[in-house]
Amino acid sequence: MTETFYDVLRRQGITRRSFLKFCSLTATSLGLGSAAAPKIAHALENKPRTPVIWLHGLECTCCSESFIRSAHPLTKDVVLSMLSLDYDDTLMAAAGHQAEAIIEEVKHKYKGNYILAVEGNPPLNEDGMYCIHGGRPFVEILKETAADAKAIISWGSCASWGCVQAAKPNPTQATPVHKVIHDKPIIKVPGCPPIAEVMTGVVTYMLTFDKIPELDRQGRPKMFYGQRIHDKCYRRPHFDAGQFVEEWDDENARRGYCLYKVGCKGPTTYNACSTVRWNEGVSFPIQSGHGCIGCSEDGFWDKGGFYDRLTDIKQFGVEKNADEVGMAVAGTVGAVVAAHAAVSALTRVRHKPGSDMPKGDK
Amino acid sequence: MSDHSHATATGVDDNAVAHAASIKSIYVYEAPVRIWHWVNALAITVLSVTGYFIGSPLPSVPGEASANFLMGYIRFVHFAAGYVLAIGLLGRMYWAIVGNHHSRELFSVPIFTGAYWRELFSMLRWYTFTRPYPNRYVGHNPLARFAMVFGFLFMALFMIATGFALYGEGAQAGHWSHTLFTTWVIPLFGQSQDVHTWHHLGMWAIVCFVILHVYAAIREDIMGRQSIISTMISGYRMFKN
Repeated sequence: MTETFYDVLRRQGITRRSFLKFCSLTATSLGLGSAAAPKIAHALENKPRTPVIWLHGLECTCCSESFIRSAHPLTKDVVLSMLSLDYDDTLMAAAGHQAEAIIEEVKHKYKGNYILAVEGNPPLNEDGMYCIHGGRPFVEILKETAADAKAIISWGSCASWGCVQAAKPNPTQATPVHKVIHDKPIIKVPGCPPIAEVMTGVVTYMLTFDKIPELDRQGRPKMFYGQRIHDKCYRRPHFDAGQFVEEWDDENARRGYCLYKVGCKGPTTYNACSTVRWNEGVSFPIQSGHGCIGCSEDGFWDKGGFYDRLTDIKQFGVEKNADEVGMAVAGTVGAVVAAHAAVSALTRVRHKPGSDMPKGDK
Repeated sequence: MSDHSHATATGVDDNAVAHAASIKSIYVYEAPVRIWHWVNALAITVLSVTGYFIGSPLPSVPGEASANFLMGYIRFVHFAAGYVLAIGLLGRMYWAIVGNHHSRELFSVPIFTGAYWRELFSMLRWYTFTRPYPNRYVGHNPLARFAMVFGFLFMALFMIATGFALYGEGAQAGHWSHTLFTTWVIPLFGQSQDVHTWHHLGMWAIVCFVILHVYAAIREDIMGRQSIISTMISGYRMFKN
């Protein structure tokens, strides 16, 4: 018989009290209310663990770094055991051929029943040679492992959108997972990195309810990416009042006014930072006095300065924001109109008005 | 007291009127079209000014946050004017169905008709000073009609779609604007910041349209052969010769 999560937890010396605490905390963090805590406990006690293969493509491992800092009590042990993380080359003890054999084993034993978590993305240029995994291009490993997976989790902005390695000019042709794998449900958990509790929350939801969370049009779980940073920002009253940090060292910055004018991307960024926050809920960028850089949004590296409110347009070969481009165009149109009006007036002075127009009903 | 001094004093001069050239006029723009035009013009002005200040806010106000709502009011006025523009355009579409044939000129360009292109070319010659006088047009001239559809109508629809998509972000899932616009417009452009940028560019495109529109209307009124500005007030197109 396959081990359940609860068996694993007890074997690792976790008390039932701690286990139930985790269940209620998870229920709360998912916004499910107190009635869901026993359901989570029941699921963890009875369901066989779903194996997870965690692959690393072109990435910086910040997603893993975030993940292992999930703030729940006993997080590291609980979450790592809960996941049945059968393969993760960064965290696992095994190495070499032994490690690679695990992927094959999971693929056969749990065909169609394992979750593939992808951190980073495959570079497609030069036949995928920019990212080699166990002696082979990562894109091949990704396609093979995805073929028998139940669902795919795209960890972080790399796997979801492409992130920094896909920023212009994208020399390695780094490509997000959903543009390589087309026949599997893909859950995008963007962010650079994603919030730890968001990561564990998504996994817990999938294991508890045995289905993928409700996603928006862009494939992100609605429960964490349904609102913008701006919608729940504690500095929002200063925005509505019209009180902004004008410069980084001014009195308004010390007073904690809104960072809109210094380029905060909170109004255009969907993430849970302003509610869940970071490092056990200690803080998040805006609370620490720096604007949001929009790290969970598609192509955030290519949207101009992190400190500009209106970002530059690059499509027309100019590096100006929309208002600068617009003013230049409107100014040109105005000048042309003025010149045309002057010529029209001169023409009218030279010819008597209407003198050469046809008379009558022509 | 002679008739002449009487006319000078009172402005009543039946004799001069009797000997004046008679001007022909045609009723072109019905009342709903005229009212819509001016409401729409006001909405565009308000939207442009408030929209600019949403992107580049005014200097910070002093005092407690709870005592001020400047940005809130600017945004409220922008959203209200946006609703006026959108509902106005819907009303205008309705009038294109029930109104006279001039009311439909805003919504179509007869690009498959050869005569239309010949007249358009003739208007271009009038504007490049290679033709001494324009033809007489009862409704929009062909050039104006082209500008109305591509410079105004398409731009207005673009601004309504992107505008309500951005509005729906704040109104959040469940609001009609989120369901109708935000769900597909944001993914179409990539992300919210891009939609903001394009919404700004759209504003400047409409500013360019307004400059050309106002200039052409004044110029045609002075140098063309029919009235333009007063037509949008009284509804009657008058022909000077």
